[in-house]
Amino acid sequence: MPMHTDGAILETRNLNIWYRNFQALRDITMKIERHKVTALIGPSGCGKSTLLRSFNRMNDLIPYARAEGQVLFHGQDLYARETNPTEIRYRIGMVFQKPNPFPKSLYDNAAFGPRINGYQGNLDQLVERSLRRAALWDEVKDRLHKSALTLSGGQQQRLCIARALAVEPEIILMDEPCSALDPTATLKIEDLIWELKKRYTIIIVTHNMQQAARVSDYTAFLMMTEEGTGELVEYGPTDHIFTRPKDKRTEDYITGRFG
Amino acid sequence: MQKDVPMLVGKVETRTELGRLLFKRTKRRRLKEGAIHGILLLCGLVSVLTTISIVIFLFTETMGFFQEVPIIEFLTGTRWTPLFTPKHFGILPLVGGTLLVIAGASLVALPIGLASATYLSEYAPDGVRRLLKPLLEILAGIPTVVYGYFALTFVTPLLRRYLFPDMSVFNALSASLVIGTMILPMVASLSEDAMMSVPQSLREAAYALGATRFEVTTRVVLPAALSGISASFILAISRAIGEAMIVSMAAGATPKLTINPLESIQALTAYIVQVSGGDTPRGTLEYQSIFAVGTTLFVMTLIMNTLGQLVVRYRERY
Repeated sequence: MPMHTDGAILETRNLNIWYRNFQALRDITMKIERHKVTALIGPSGCGKSTLLRSFNRMNDLIPYARAEGQVLFHGQDLYARETNPTEIRYRIGMVFQKPNPFPKSLYDNAAFGPRINGYQGNLDQLVERSLRRAALWDEVKDRLHKSALTLSGGQQQRLCIARALAVEPEIILMDEPCSALDPTATLKIEDLIWELKKRYTIIIVTHNMQQAARVSDYTAFLMMTEEGTGELVEYGPTDHIFTRPKDKRTEDYITGRFG
Repeated sequence: MQKDVPMLVGKVETRTELGRLLFKRTKRRRLKEGAIHGILLLCGLVSVLTTISIVIFLFTETMGFFQEVPIIEFLTGTRWTPLFTPKHFGILPLVGGTLLVIAGASLVALPIGLASATYLSEYAPDGVRRLLKPLLEILAGIPTVVYGYFALTFVTPLLRRYLFPDMSVFNALSASLVIGTMILPMVASLSEDAMMSVPQSLREAAYALGATRFEVTTRVVLPAALSGISASFILAISRAIGEAMIVSMAAGATPKLTINPLESIQALTAYIVQVSGGDTPRGTLEYQSIFAVGTTLFVMTLIMNTLGQLVVRYRERY
């Protein structure tokens, strides 16, 4: 892999994931660079969401899901027996495909993570800072105590980003965060991603290749075998992947010949 | 574009013909639809009209009763002795008896029911849930007379032997415990439905913020399902208020204003059972009193059900 090892914050080694007897991912070995945006692309069913969810052990919630191999975060194996998944998720946040704010006030949404993690500081300030970083503060500062469900879809998604930021994670996983949004809202989120990578490491799954090209520094292309098992085909700096892919399959995919 | 015009005209002609054909069929279909509509409306009316006539019947009989007994005395009197002289028609002992039983039943059914629902919805593996849920619903199908028997011949002797040797044979406690058991499946099942309908995406959001399963349950699922859970509580209590068999068999026939569950009491429903099943002559004041008691029951359950409806609607507003 074309990575300078020093900047890696997350590293997978021979990661295999099964759902019951079905192997969803095979032998994924890759390093994620700190303070960069890494995009995972590939056709539907190639396992890119599964890979993303393996980074904060969200796959644990799916019955009969099982992982083999290692995911190293600061050198610590996330799948080691003594690793507490709750602690991982606290440090590796996630934003989902469909905005999923809690049916609570905006304030309570942003304060949810800090509260359950026993935050001792000034909660008002933390909520404001998170909403500012998610580029939502100016739009909502006068209605923090209204239900989050009164927001538009794009605002809800930015609230979900603010909610993830409020626990001060190091990595933010984004699972197709714009697929349920209109182009204007999408553009706002993309701008936000640019802004966020100064402080955070972002890994984003996207169906939209233009989006991957626009927002990411590195791109990983995954594809499934005939049995449906996802494999990492090519991984490198985004401009390399998009302008001179080494693998024929990558080229076919990004030029729209399939997928 | 010019070339397309003749083709378009042709299409329009075919379409009118097709339309005429369709219209012919619609007439017949409309008749059939009308008949179905009418039959279904009639079926719906059966239950509505029955309800209305029951209410009218209940109220006219009650009016007759209140011509003899002042309504104030009925509502505030603390003695209920319609079958002895001097006759007193104060409803409070009966209402008190019902409330005592309800309180006990709620203490059993609400916490255990909610805990069962939480287990089924949030903790149980899929297979366990698929096995337990139908079992729970079978429990709801046991006839109440069996529960009554169970209270009188099993629970009471057990309590008297091990816990309260001085307890009367007929007492509010064992009726409470058994009614609580009876409504427990209802609470568990309806609350579980409410919790299961909380979208998985909300649970995932909480997990992704580092919440434990317990935190996900208490801070996300329970608040989101609160209205459904409250509705299940209210419906279950409403069912317990109307329950007649268990209180008749196990709680006794002694109208008494007390908060001691070890004593014999009489619930509203049990009084109606006693009088309508006994040899009280029709047309007498005692006989008419059961309609006044029935109206009281009706008002109580009506309030509970309305409350339930309001709570459910509150959620839809969210």
